[in-house]
Amino acid sequence: MPTYSASEVASLRGDRETALIAGDGGLQFVSRLRFSITGVGAGLAWLAFGLSCLRWPDIGDWPRTEVVAYTAFAIAGGIAIATTAQAALGKFGDGVQRRAPWLFALGAFLTLWELSTAKFGWLPLPFFPPPQSIVEVYTDDLPKLLDSAFASVKLQLGGYFIGAAVGFLTGVSIGWSRLAGYWVHPILRFIGPLPATAWLPIAFFTFPSAWSASTFLIALATGFPVTVLTWSGVASVSSAYYDVARTLGARPSFLVTKVAIPAALPHVFVGLFMGLGASFAVLVVAEMIGVKAGLGFYLQWAQGWASYNNMYAALIVMSLLCSGAITLLFKVRDRLLVWQKGVVKW
Amino acid sequence: MVALAKPFQPVATGASLDIKGVSHAFDIDGSVLPVLDDVSISVAPGEFVALLGPSGCGKSTLLRLVAGLEPPRAGTLEEDGVAITGPYPSRVVVFQDPTLFPWRTVWDNVALGLEAQGVLKTQRHRVDAAIDLVGLGAFKKAYPHQLSGGMAQRVALARALVNDPRILVLDEPLGKLDSLTRITMQAELVSLWQRNGFTALLVTHDVEEALFLANRVIVFSDRPARVTADITVDRPYPRHRGDPHLAELRRQILGLLGLDATW
Repeated sequence: MPTYSASEVASLRGDRETALIAGDGGLQFVSRLRFSITGVGAGLAWLAFGLSCLRWPDIGDWPRTEVVAYTAFAIAGGIAIATTAQAALGKFGDGVQRRAPWLFALGAFLTLWELSTAKFGWLPLPFFPPPQSIVEVYTDDLPKLLDSAFASVKLQLGGYFIGAAVGFLTGVSIGWSRLAGYWVHPILRFIGPLPATAWLPIAFFTFPSAWSASTFLIALATGFPVTVLTWSGVASVSSAYYDVARTLGARPSFLVTKVAIPAALPHVFVGLFMGLGASFAVLVVAEMIGVKAGLGFYLQWAQGWASYNNMYAALIVMSLLCSGAITLLFKVRDRLLVWQKGVVKW
Repeated sequence: MVALAKPFQPVATGASLDIKGVSHAFDIDGSVLPVLDDVSISVAPGEFVALLGPSGCGKSTLLRLVAGLEPPRAGTLEEDGVAITGPYPSRVVVFQDPTLFPWRTVWDNVALGLEAQGVLKTQRHRVDAAIDLVGLGAFKKAYPHQLSGGMAQRVALARALVNDPRILVLDEPLGKLDSLTRITMQAELVSLWQRNGFTALLVTHDVEEALFLANRVIVFSDRPARVTADITVDRPYPRHRGDPHLAELRRQILGLLGLDATW
């Protein structure tokens, strides 16, 4: 009787599978289908959401209820198919399968939300709008929302990059040069901890435009943490690194650019992360108070009309943008700091 | 591979080192702590000199002065008759910790000296040769956190050797390695020294290591360090740990350090 090692058996099975698929499509495709409980469960949850939209009449006037219902059916079908045919769909199928428990929770939440708002009014209107009224914002008020999002991104990017660049350069200079430290440190201690939003009233008067005032404030909010952390990063570089570089013939400019700055980068990224959070806060407040554009302004405007569905819709967009910005920052960090062991994944 | 392809060069490319009446001290909390007391040592080109002494006696401080990282309080240090006023890549230090730059790969770490001197573009082959010399050709793209202690110290050696130092300053470079790796690397150090002909100055706590490697062993007193003995080790290389002549010298040196009771 022949004996096989585990790997041989596995490779035999693998060969057979690929052979079957290569041989003839239809029937073999069916043989690779796997019934996934979580996948079907998630599909059912979305199906329930769609049905809940259609089963009872709306207690208000929401034109998008049917569209939402049919979209939910489509999603339910998509989840069920993707998880069942997971093996044949490769990466996409795996991704859906891995997220199936979350998709289930989301479907269940939407069903509950639909029932407690649009159908039975357990939650008071208009403070808790149903899902279809938020979808309605995206379908009917999209241009305005996009304009606002674009304005926010533009304002945020400008301020953030100015603040990050100035903060980085300031941090390196005070970490490196005693003279720079002597002059800049007291100013930093005096102005830095002040919340940037406290400058708002003055900034809007002294700057030529609300736009430039907000850019300045976002830069200020970003610059402080970036400065402090870059500084502490540069100051905490082990002197052994400098000794090594100096004995190998390094000049001071080399010590700054090739020793101090790379060694300080992990700290710099903590500063950039904190600065990003602080700058979001300033951005929204500035848009609510002075700038006549952006998602903060949109929120304020929607509140004026008591249209809460617009506010929720804007909040979701805002959340996606902020989360996306942090994801991007972490991607850049992972690229630059591959040499570090065990960096936190976002 | 260029360095390996060359025939053996017995001609010493090392520099002479003259330490003349050097004294040094540190200011600690307002009081002066003397570390070196009128130390004079003359090292011939291509010689391998080991500095032995009790822990904290000031040997490493002497190496920092030789490297030019600090000026002495009194006395002079000369390389080939020229006063040492600052660090220069002809005198490279290998420290007890490898102190590799964690953000650089092995190749980039070894390239550090040539890059700092602005000659890397034309001299890239020297980096490869130095890495091959310490047997890490397969790890050029690895980051320091992926290396073992012995490998990291080999990279530190390659980073020093790529500069073709005339004086190699070794500050307990094998002190933190396990005993088996240490024995292997002692033999490697001897062959590197014989191949390249540099002058070597080694600080160590290990009497056996000093006798295995060096032409001369200089014994220091407790802090502030003074030279208490200058012993010539007149044995051919490669040496053998069991050599009775070395054993006798070892007994003698332990006696000088006040440790002969352990013999």
